[in-house]
Amino acid sequence: MPRLIGLTGDGATAEAMRQIDPDVVAAYPITPQTEIVERFAEFVADGLVNTEFVAVESEHSAMSACCGSSAAGARTITCTSSQGLALMHEVLYIAAGNRLPIVLINVNRTLSAPLNIHCDHSDSMGSRDSGWIQLYCENVQEVYDTVIQAVRIAEHPQVMLPVMVNLDGFVLSHSVERLELLDDEQVREFVGPFQPVVDLLDLEHPPALGALVAPEFHFEHKYAQWLATDGARAVIEGVGCEFGERFGRSYGLLDLYRLEDAELALVVLGSTAGTARAVVDDLRERGIRAGTLRIRCFRPFPADEIVGALQGKKAVAVMDRAGTQGGEGGPVFGEVRAALHTRGVLLPVINYIYGLGGRDVPAASVARVFTHLGQVAEAGKVDRAVNYLDLRGWN
Amino acid sequence: MAESKLAAGSKIAAPPRGLPAWLEIPLGGILVEPGNAVEYRTGSWRTRRPIHDPARCTSCMICWLYCPDDAIVVREQKVVGVDKDHCKGCGICARECPVKGAMNMAEGGAY
Ligand code: SF4
Ligand code: SF4
Repeated sequence: MPRLIGLTGDGATAEAMRQIDPDVVAAYPITPQTEIVERFAEFVADGLVNTEFVAVESEHSAMSACCGSSAAGARTITCTSSQGLALMHEVLYIAAGNRLPIVLINVNRTLSAPLNIHCDHSDSMGSRDSGWIQLYCENVQEVYDTVIQAVRIAEHPQVMLPVMVNLDGFVLSHSVERLELLDDEQVREFVGPFQPVVDLLDLEHPPALGALVAPEFHFEHKYAQWLATDGARAVIEGVGCEFGERFGRSYGLLDLYRLEDAELALVVLGSTAGTARAVVDDLRERGIRAGTLRIRCFRPFPADEIVGALQGKKAVAVMDRAGTQGGEGGPVFGEVRAALHTRGVLLPVINYIYGLGGRDVPAASVARVFTHLGQVAEAGKVDRAVNYLDLRGWN
Repeated sequence: MAESKLAAGSKIAAPPRGLPAWLEIPLGGILVEPGNAVEYRTGSWRTRRPIHDPARCTSCMICWLYCPDDAIVVREQKVVGVDKDHCKGCGICARECPVKGAMNMAEGGAY
């Protein structure tokens, strides 16, 4: 029977990891690490899991140890945040290129400088092209459910890619929410045993991993990796659907809210979607046809699905909790706009950079984005493409 | 490449001969069998070539010991020449040879 408790995003992640009982967790247990690993280490110390916990000396080493253990056929999970993810950067590509199904839970926090420990998506957006599948969660329940699903997605024989589960720092990681926990048995049955496609410890057929690949082969490898990443869309949907059939909460690539008949659409990632829903409800009461599109799966980018959902809207605002210094607008904006344009759907799209370094995102501010969006829809064209929400001195 | 032992009983398909297309390459760039560096013809890199003189060579095996590509061919405990598929022309053998003229480097990669 599912149990109802109150837990933080960190606590829910640690609980999911306890239930998954991975073979190896390698992590760097101090700052910028969060409470997740600390809690999980207690489970290890208390003998509640069979996991080999490897406390390494840096995040670079953490991801390196994860690559080794995953290659050896061990189900491997790690956690990080912010600078820690940045320090893992080099090894993220190795995990993906070697097709190692590691699960990483990343608490989204900004990158220095200026030194700041609060939420934004600059850390994970920095690794968006590293070859990892990236899922962004809206609330603590989804964090818990997604960590469990991530194991199945990563290890799917058609995928065999690492998965990064993202949750907003402090907003989700440190806030207590209502959480429905599954039984240990239910989780273990859902994730099943790890059946590695490549196993370095296969003594009958010992393979070598990470060897030099000459120019005659490198490009073909990358293409195979791209196709596997593209194909992961169907697996993410399939696993999210199966989870729903068993436990009553389904997940897909996107999460649409009152979007079908909407004229004004807000595209958003992570916990801000909750605030946006409340704003949409409020606007609807006042007769404004607003809706939201939350991108749950940012890598692989569900371009067709996004365009399908936004087609026919009068105007779209894309919210980015990260910038691209020197680029035009944020990373989500760039991709949504390109996807629409490529498919000949030419509707006005504006961008709002928001919430950097933990800047709060009140409902009134999201409402102002919709006000601007209404003006864009009325004019039928973009007045200013890139906008900065609640930035002092900017207007 | 010899018929891959792995291809038979394994989950991992061995790559075919020649240059395979993307879908024929093993997952994640793994090498599916040991000892396949022999397949890699480092001899194509050669711009200079070692010339072995069996009349002067004492078969002291110094060149065999130093050659980074295992390209010194030995038969019945005697150095008999160089493996042209793998000798990359680095010249280490000629430099380390203690017998004047037993191993000399010549310009050009082709024998
Ligand atoms: S080092 Fe010179 S003398 Fe010794 S085996 Fe080689 S070629 Fe012959
Ligand atoms: S030239 Fe270099 S590679 Fe060729 S036989 Fe001599 S030592 Fe070996």
